[in-house]
Amino acid sequence: MEYGEVIGTVVATRKVPAWNGERLLRIQPVDAQGVPVGNKLVALDLTSAAPGQRVFFVRGREAAQALADAFNPADAAIVAQVDRLEGAVTEPAHRAAGR
Amino acid sequence: MRIGRVVGNVIATVKHPALFAQRLLLVEDENAEGALSGKPRLALDVVDAGEGDRVLVVDEGNAAAQVLARGRGPVRTVIVGVVDEVESEGSASRAARS
Repeated sequence: MEYGEVIGTVVATRKVPAWNGERLLRIQPVDAQGVPVGNKLVALDLTSAAPGQRVFFVRGREAAQALADAFNPADAAIVAQVDRLEGAVTEPAHRAAGR
Repeated sequence: MRIGRVVGNVIATVKHPALFAQRLLLVEDENAEGALSGKPRLALDVVDAGEGDRVLVVDEGNAAAQVLARGRGPVRTVIVGVVDEVESEGSASRAARS
């Protein structure tokens, strides 16, 4: 499961029936400081998240399990909205170089 | 499985029912030298790991479902052990290094 920020919404009127009524959002994976890491992606949203929010999402086959009917082609799904992080995550100094 | 380091606690109110009443921690992979990857992941915790702990992390849905005993859900990353020591090629590194 990974940490990310919602950066936009995706509107797709025509889509696979399994996704009818579901929201699709564009997200950017970020590190604990909120710095982007890796490529942007589109994920199903189960939490009614909005652009600018920090979320956590699951990739891979498990993403499809987020819907009641797991027979759908999702490969990423937002499963929680992150209120805040606590701990050493606020101090980037301990981090290894070469991100 | 990977070895990682717990770097924080995650507080999330709105979440999928599969995650209710589960501890969520932020974990970063560790390389052989013990340096962190800079790319955190979120993991459920079933072994009462805490911040700064070196932990064993599985990242696979079937394994997660098994240890959580909740059936399949949108969950794949779970902390399944707290590492005391790793020995490799004649060198040993203990978890408590502070």
